[in-house]
Amino acid sequence: MTTKAHKVYAIENGTVIDHIPSPNALKVVKILGVHQEGILTVGMNFKSKKQGRKDIVKVENLKLTAAVTDRLALVAPTATINIIEGGKVTEKRPIKVPLEFKGLLRCPNPNCITNVEEIPTHFKREGELTKPTVRCRYCERIYKDPGDLVI
Amino acid sequence: MEMLGRSIVSIRDFPKEEIQTIVQKSLEVKAGKWSGVLKDKVLATLFFEPSTRTRLSFESAMVSMGGQTIGFADANVSSAKKGESLADTIRTVTGYCDAIVMRHPVEGAARLASEVATVPVINAGDGANQHPTQTFLDLVTIQEEFGRLSNLRIGMLGDLKYGRTVHSLAKALSLFGAQQVFISPPSLRMPGYTQEQLKQVGADYEEIEDISELTQELDVLYVTRIQKERFADFQEYERVAGAYTINRSAFEVLGEKCRVMHPLPRVDEISTELDETENAIYFRQAHNGIPTRQALLGLVLGVIQ
Repeated sequence: MTTKAHKVYAIENGTVIDHIPSPNALKVVKILGVHQEGILTVGMNFKSKKQGRKDIVKVENLKLTAAVTDRLALVAPTATINIIEGGKVTEKRPIKVPLEFKGLLRCPNPNCITNVEEIPTHFKREGELTKPTVRCRYCERIYKDPGDLVI
Repeated sequence: MEMLGRSIVSIRDFPKEEIQTIVQKSLEVKAGKWSGVLKDKVLATLFFEPSTRTRLSFESAMVSMGGQTIGFADANVSSAKKGESLADTIRTVTGYCDAIVMRHPVEGAARLASEVATVPVINAGDGANQHPTQTFLDLVTIQEEFGRLSNLRIGMLGDLKYGRTVHSLAKALSLFGAQQVFISPPSLRMPGYTQEQLKQVGADYEEIEDISELTQELDVLYVTRIQKERFADFQEYERVAGAYTINRSAFEVLGEKCRVMHPLPRVDEISTELDETENAIYFRQAHNGIPTRQALLGLVLGVIQ
């Protein structure tokens, strides 16, 4: 009898974020703010047919809502979210990648009005879906690594 | 094209067809059509940062078409000094006027103002970001001179890194298929992010360091001032600034018909010996600020269609 070896063990209840583009797993954890929310499993650089390399994050006993996981749009636009209950996948959904982001990112330009007045930031997504850039609606600058700007 | 009530914040908000219409309306205004249409209109000029040319140009534009202006020319006399937020200043002023023109040192200030104002906001410069009415008057001058905006060979010389004027103009000209040559010292090249945007719209451009490297004559040379404060070393500034001065002998490579433009103020970068030549169109360019700003005001206030 053979036992299938799991590199990342299966969870009974919680949320599995699969197909994260490598090496963004740690950014995913940071953006979700789940590093103190119980057991977390982070796997990086798995082989993937679709994307070459992928990362996986498993959050035990926490059912993450779409409002929370959609914040991953800029670091893991290709990710799939699996909600696990009683060891079974009860919900599977993609990440919604909107065209605009309000209040999600900070503008790194110190002379941008969003860093001077108390107003929510507002960015527009440009470029390819898998490698997005964002443009600040106010100072109009374009940023290449928008995942680093998530508040 | 619906312009009534619209704010003019960034040249990026205007597709090619709208730019053409605005240029055409500006030339109509210059030709005497639409005179007096700003009668009974009040323009608030909010200059949180000093500017002589742009402010006077807007005030003259308004007054000479029958309108009036209110406002301030120094942030120290406004409530900003008392700690009022920009949004609150605009929310208040919007009730006193039909349109607002604003210059502010912070980038994106005009966009924010346009979101909270109930009247059109015209951006007269927001930090290093945008100064759209300058771009429109540049285009009006080119159209007036050549009868077209397309298929022109245009050089931009000097400080291409910090000069917001050339960034906006280069983007606008790209829409019209201009061949552009960026001529600057390596330290003042057109920034990477602007070049990225130009590539996105399929702009045709090359970069050189000196006009002697030009392979073809130019229709227009757009000169910008190299600012002393950009250099830590004064000798380095003098060396660079000296190398980017245009005088009569430059026309051997620029071509005898090449027109010279400049957003002004000029310091030493264009020799005064050019001022009386047909090549020099920079003062006419500055004067075109009046009909261009009148056309824009008339369009957003709905009195020019």
